Amino acid sequence: MYHTGNLVKELADKHGRQRENLMPILQDIVRKYNYLTDEAMVEVATELDISAAEVYGTASFYTFLDTQERGKNVIRVCKTITCSMKGKNDIIAVLEDILKIKVGETTPDKMFTLVETNCIGWCHKAPAMLINDMPYTDLTPQTVIDVVKGYMSK
Amino acid sequence: MENKGLSKVDLIFEEINAKEVLQKAFAMTSEEIIQQVLESGLKGRGGAGFPTGLKWKYTAAEKESEKYIVCNADEGEPGTFKDREILDKVPYKVYGGMAIAGKAMGARKGFIYLRGEYRFLLPQLFIELHKFHKMIKEIGFDFQIEYRMGSGAYICGEESALFESIEGFRGEPRNKPPYPTTSGLFSKPTSINNVETLVTAMMIIKMGGAEYVKLGTKDSRGSKVFSISGDTPIPGIFELELGMSVQEFVNEFGDGDTKAVQVGGASGFCVPRKRFIETIIGFEGVPTGGSMKLFNSSRSMYNVLHNYLEFFTEESCGQCTPCRVGCQQLLKGIEKVKKGEAKSTYLNELIKLADTMKVASKCGLGQSVGNAFRSIVENFREEVIY
Ligand SMILES: Cc1cc2nc3c(=O)[nH]c(=O)nc-3n(C[C@H](O)[C@H](O)[C@H](O)COP(=O)(O)O)c2cc1C
Ligand code: SF4
Ligand code: FES
Repeated sequence: MYHTGNLVKELADKHGRQRENLMPILQDIVRKYNYLTDEAMVEVATELDISAAEVYGTASFYTFLDTQERGKNVIRVCKTITCSMKGKNDIIAVLEDILKIKVGETTPDKMFTLVETNCIGWCHKAPAMLINDMPYTDLTPQTVIDVVKGYMSK
Repeated sequence: MENKGLSKVDLIFEEINAKEVLQKAFAMTSEEIIQQVLESGLKGRGGAGFPTGLKWKYTAAEKESEKYIVCNADEGEPGTFKDREILDKVPYKVYGGMAIAGKAMGARKGFIYLRGEYRFLLPQLFIELHKFHKMIKEIGFDFQIEYRMGSGAYICGEESALFESIEGFRGEPRNKPPYPTTSGLFSKPTSINNVETLVTAMMIIKMGGAEYVKLGTKDSRGSKVFSISGDTPIPGIFELELGMSVQEFVNEFGDGDTKAVQVGGASGFCVPRKRFIETIIGFEGVPTGGSMKLFNSSRSMYNVLHNYLEFFTEESCGQCTPCRVGCQQLLKGIEKVKKGEAKSTYLNELIKLADTMKVASKCGLGQSVGNAFRSIVENFREEVIY
């Protein structure tokens, strides 16, 4: 859980209070807090003067606008065909091993969430994953360990 | 059928003097620009292949004072990654194409809808956009471009879903008609084009429509950027002249053991080895937004089909029943056949379902699930069953 403080108001000031500003506002909240709480969505609804159901209905449509608690670093491993052919399962196995969680789960210290995602546009360098906004490609079990350790020490 | 063989081209990534091309375009009338694009025979590079010149002509003919140019950079089709490379390497040509489109159709505002997976590109894209806005101001043309981000939904690449998303709603496709050229973004006349289409349009203005026509075939003019992946020693992004056969493509990019090529991504067609020679890559044969996946004989085509059906089941917006339920039933259906819980003839029923989805679904997603389904089940029936 987090408290948005003044954030929603600031974002509404920055982006505007029309319906078309809803997505950029939700995207910015998720970039800061990794997911949307009920409280945050109600605040957005109040600022934009629309119903909370409209905000939730929109957010829940989009995979990246999570409404469940997410860790500080969201790891999204591509599971579409080329990555799947080129060893995605080994990558998942290594990640589950070092993070000690399963796909879909978040570490107890809330540092990492591990999920699978559909093609992220790096099939020529498969297997590939995103950590937050950053793509990592041509993965091997060893490079995955190095990358994740880098995030652990940040 | 015309067959041009395989030849590499360098139009899209070629560095050009953008200012010169834009000055040339802004000195032309709207009709002259559209005439060049019509003459070039350019068809949309996002997959559907609608003639770009016609789209521009229809939008230009609308009497509204407010119109929009939208660049579709959602690039979610499995196996497509060329738009990312174009935006990374030559963003100024995307902006330039949009401004030329703006001049042709009388629009002063453009939006680029960029998939959330490509957000890491934004800082550099903003720097380039700032330079671009400065340059066109110097030339004396009033045109502003803004970015809007996607949030991980393949369906938002469908044009009307994309408009819904920019407007702040769930990305659910609209009924058509009305078409975007009359009522698109914010219900205003809108020309929506793929990233590559816009860059190509700029190159057509630079070289002239008559020159561009020399590339490609009667049905598929010009060249195309291909995203090549799968079982190939040289995966990557290649610009090739249109009009080659799948065989010629495989000779260049295959690993010597290619048994099938999936042309056009999960919503495209699977071409088996026995059809390589006779199948032309282009609108006269198998159309493609650029996604080319090669599979060698070590791959199970059942796994390929299963992966695609999972993709569609997850990415269907769920708005219409044929697609929402159809995707799930196709997936469950092939699992049942594989496990021996249903007879192999059940596949014929599933093909009928896929055909029904083609006619009864509301948008291109549900309508095209049958492409991969039919072409894989028909050509690799044994692999799907046993
Ligand atoms: C499910 C679905 C996804 C699509 N995704 C994209 C996409 O990511 N990029 C794209 O340019 N076109 C995509 N399209 C096609 C667009 O609806 C539209 O035809 C295209 O942007 C028009 O541009 P063009 O004429 O330049 O190709 C998609 C269509 C469907 C049905
Ligand atoms: S065909 Fe599928 S994706 Fe398209 S509107 Fe219907 S349910 Fe949504
Ligand atoms: S299949 Fe994984 S990035 Fe495309």
